[in-house]
Amino acid sequence: MPDGLPTEIDLSRPSAARVYDYFLGGGHNFEIDRQLAEQIAAMTPNLPATMRAGRDFLRRAVRMLLDAGIDQFLDIGSGIPTVGNVHEVAQAANPKARVVYVDIDPVAVAHSRELLTGNDLTAVLHADLRDPEGILAEARRLDLLDFDRPLGILLAGVVHFVPDTDRPADIMAALRAAAAPGSHLVISHSTFEDQPQEMLDAQRLSARTATEITLRSCAEITGFFGDWVLVEPGVVYMELWRPDSPSEVDADAQRFGAFGGVARYDRAAD
Amino acid sequence: MAEVDAAGEDAVDRTGAQRYAAEWARAVRRLGFVPLSAAETERLLLAYTLRLADALRTDESVASVAEEIGRAMVETNLTEPGMIEWSVRALADRLPARVLCGRGGSGAAAGLAGRIAAAQGGLAAGFARALRDRTFVHQERIARSAWQARDAVEQALRDSEARFRAVFSGAAIGIGIADVDGRIIDVNQAFADMLGYPVEELRRLDVASLFHPDDVAGMSELYRELVEGKRESVRAEQRYHRKDGTCVWADLAVSLIRHDDGRPRFTVAVAEDITGRYELQRRLRFQALHDPLTELPNRTLFFETLGRLLGQAGPVGLCFLDLDGFKAINDSLGHDLGDRLLVTIARRLAGCVAERGYLVARMGGDEFAILVDGDAGIDGVIAVAEAVLAAVSAPVFVDDQQLMVSASIGIVDSEHVGASVAELMKAAHTTLYWAKAQGRGRWAVYDPERSARDIARSGRLAGLPLALDRGEFVLHYQPIVSLLDGRMLAVEALVRWQHPQLGLIGPDRFIGLAEETGLIVRLGEWVLRQACRDARGWHTEFPDARLVVSVNLAARQADAPAIVDTVADTLASSGLPAELLQLELTESAVMGSAEEPLRTLHRLAGLGVRLAIDDFGTGYSNLAYLRRLPITCLKLAAPFVEGIRGDEPDAADHRDERIVDALVRLAHALELWVTAEGVETEAQAERLRALRCDTAQGRLFGPPEPADAIRTRLAGG
Ligand SMILES: C[S@@+](CC[C@H](N)C(=O)[O-])C[C@H]1O[C@@H](n2cnc3c(N)ncnc32)[C@H](O)[C@@H]1O
Repeated sequence: MPDGLPTEIDLSRPSAARVYDYFLGGGHNFEIDRQLAEQIAAMTPNLPATMRAGRDFLRRAVRMLLDAGIDQFLDIGSGIPTVGNVHEVAQAANPKARVVYVDIDPVAVAHSRELLTGNDLTAVLHADLRDPEGILAEARRLDLLDFDRPLGILLAGVVHFVPDTDRPADIMAALRAAAAPGSHLVISHSTFEDQPQEMLDAQRLSARTATEITLRSCAEITGFFGDWVLVEPGVVYMELWRPDSPSEVDADAQRFGAFGGVARYDRAAD
Repeated sequence: MAEVDAAGEDAVDRTGAQRYAAEWARAVRRLGFVPLSAAETERLLLAYTLRLADALRTDESVASVAEEIGRAMVETNLTEPGMIEWSVRALADRLPARVLCGRGGSGAAAGLAGRIAAAQGGLAAGFARALRDRTFVHQERIARSAWQARDAVEQALRDSEARFRAVFSGAAIGIGIADVDGRIIDVNQAFADMLGYPVEELRRLDVASLFHPDDVAGMSELYRELVEGKRESVRAEQRYHRKDGTCVWADLAVSLIRHDDGRPRFTVAVAEDITGRYELQRRLRFQALHDPLTELPNRTLFFETLGRLLGQAGPVGLCFLDLDGFKAINDSLGHDLGDRLLVTIARRLAGCVAERGYLVARMGGDEFAILVDGDAGIDGVIAVAEAVLAAVSAPVFVDDQQLMVSASIGIVDSEHVGASVAELMKAAHTTLYWAKAQGRGRWAVYDPERSARDIARSGRLAGLPLALDRGEFVLHYQPIVSLLDGRMLAVEALVRWQHPQLGLIGPDRFIGLAEETGLIVRLGEWVLRQACRDARGWHTEFPDARLVVSVNLAARQADAPAIVDTVADTLASSGLPAELLQLELTESAVMGSAEEPLRTLHRLAGLGVRLAIDDFGTGYSNLAYLRRLPITCLKLAAPFVEGIRGDEPDAADHRDERIVDALVRLAHALELWVTAEGVETEAQAERLRALRCDTAQGRLFGPPEPADAIRTRLAGG
């Protein structure tokens, strides 16, 4: 077991992955997770919708990457694959697409492994985003992804679990540094900008799951993309990012308190 | 636009179906998570709508079609209760009107109502069954995943436990774990071996029962603080009882292990057997601090203890003794017997003071010292001395020889001598010497006045020639600087006696004596040679400084026939350029009427050295004669300079100033340099500068310092 990862499975505490699954309508959760989910939902009626919007964003982003020719993905903080998983979306478009899932939650990892048995083009790592070098080393060892070719790095709804003291910008930089030109980085991240008080309160509740959430500004989140080139429309409220149909977009998209964006690594012009 | 078929049954309105599917899609997307895009959702639901409409229109088994669709909804994650609610309701409320455009009569309407009810039931049932199945699957899967994750962690824990077990049991170092009540929970083999118990037996014991009785108090205190959580660890060299009753020394580190909530939980002790090392250390320490022959404390321990006692500011008395005529005994009876005699005496001395716990040390040879600390007072120390004399004087039998020995004792105490080890020991030596001078078997008490007299006379007289042989003289140099620009032009060599007991002694206290005894010639030559060597050193290193060294020649020296040869030889052997040597003579030495000195001076000048008249103005100078002397410099005696204070000129001031003025003019008239001695203040220097005095010397420009300090000054620019 890698250092620093949980050495106890504490089922008496809710898990972010299982709470998320519940919000998406999945049944991969326990009473304790559902209680917390209901509590959060009661405080912030928007939150379930935000979660769904997050999952939708991920789907749209993955499709965009597929359209851009990306056929290998590193999905960090992948959670419990309920429905609309990255490999499903990707392999529906390109049966040869490869996906490596990474999560810190051992139950989520075990679950993903079970679900993915027999799918040779996927793998699951139990690792911590805060140790990007560890993730990269293990991913390389799997020999599933080719780091010399364009890669899709997916960080959906996970970077806000990394507090400032763990230097998220450095982590992002380390991940970016490992990728070849043409690679894409997908980030969605909760924010405090334009948020009602109850949203900010809910953040405090998140401390009850294994990790607390750090809300960040649009500028901070934009910074995580470094010098990679943001694709249109940049870092925006998730719903506003390339909606399937404009009619679907909510009048006040900020009610989903999270930003999303995708950036591409263009080879430096020289 | 509705399309009605021939049978007059309701037809399907495709546009209506599309609109219905769009509404349906909007509703489900609003109500819950749909892992599809809006268009995909709509496409999917349009297919459902058409199938449902078809089934409703014809008499097809509508319930089973609806059930399939309910199931399909779950499979595409349309599982929110609100979604099925909307779907079931709309089946009756909206679908017929929007999608089925019927013109049928009431009979047909009644048939449709029945089919719609059946479709509603089927849809609900299919959804519920599928959702129940899915929930079972999900629950089972997540539970299995949780167990797998737990298994993986437990396996990892078991592996790590096995590794630690291996380390624990295989460690060469003793490890023991106890609970906070002191019950031993587990120990490893090394720990058990160290204490000589089987592991099983130790596991039944209590930590405290292993503590050594002599250490129990301190250790149980530390241990209590540890288990109460007041400290995190204890490190100690600690004695333990082995089962066989022997004792083992352990280097022990005990750490506290806490519960997650911080409560103390276990203590873990790591212990290494250091008995061998400890014994060795103790033996080495004993050896370092004790005299191997008598096993009494040695000088080191004596000085350590004395220093400590003096540091504590209480009065300290000291008996310093040696045996009378021990050398003779040693010589006549042999060292072996001499040693045995010393051992016997040592035992007696120890016996004398054992009761009171005073320290008896062998200082070397037949010298011993007894430290009488506390408030015994001088009388107490005398009492000890008398007891010692009595004890020593009892006959000693060595082999079959009967020896009568006696001792002499010098008694000193810190109240009368002062609280420095060096002073006390110096006084002790002196006092022992007095005691010996009175005859055998006596004690003497230190008398500061007598000591002062002694030092002044006998000490110096006797010591001087020896001191020269032993190299106890040193030279210090005082800068002579230009009053014009403050540059150091010369240094005057001044001799000091580094007395082994008295410290640094100034020339006023021994030069007279040296002159009386004639030693001055040898001493002067040593000074000359040493000064030239030092000067040559400076010159080599700092050739541009052209630093002159000025050396005093005593009258007796100047008279000595060999002086010219000596100076020439000194210059040759040191390699110092002659012009960098200045010889200072007193007025009396040069003013003699004899021809001889004058010739000597000319020959010296002929070597190229400079000549100066020291203390000018204090003797009697024949001005006419002065003119004929080959001299280059006059040094004004300090008293004149002293008279010049420069600040508020009073009468005396004026007089001295006028004298200096006159002397400077005279010197300049004779084309001589003038050096003012004893310049102490800036004001004096200022006046002297105004009087055109050339160079000066005195505290203001630097005290006499060792040669190295001059070097440093040169180096500093
Ligand atoms: C909100 S879920 C996001 C799931 C998925 N990426 C999505 O957007 O639909 C967040 C996931 O991140 C995981 N996570 C949190 N902190 C993490 C970390 N430091 N390293 C890796 N995963 C982490 C949680 O276990 C959880 O499964």
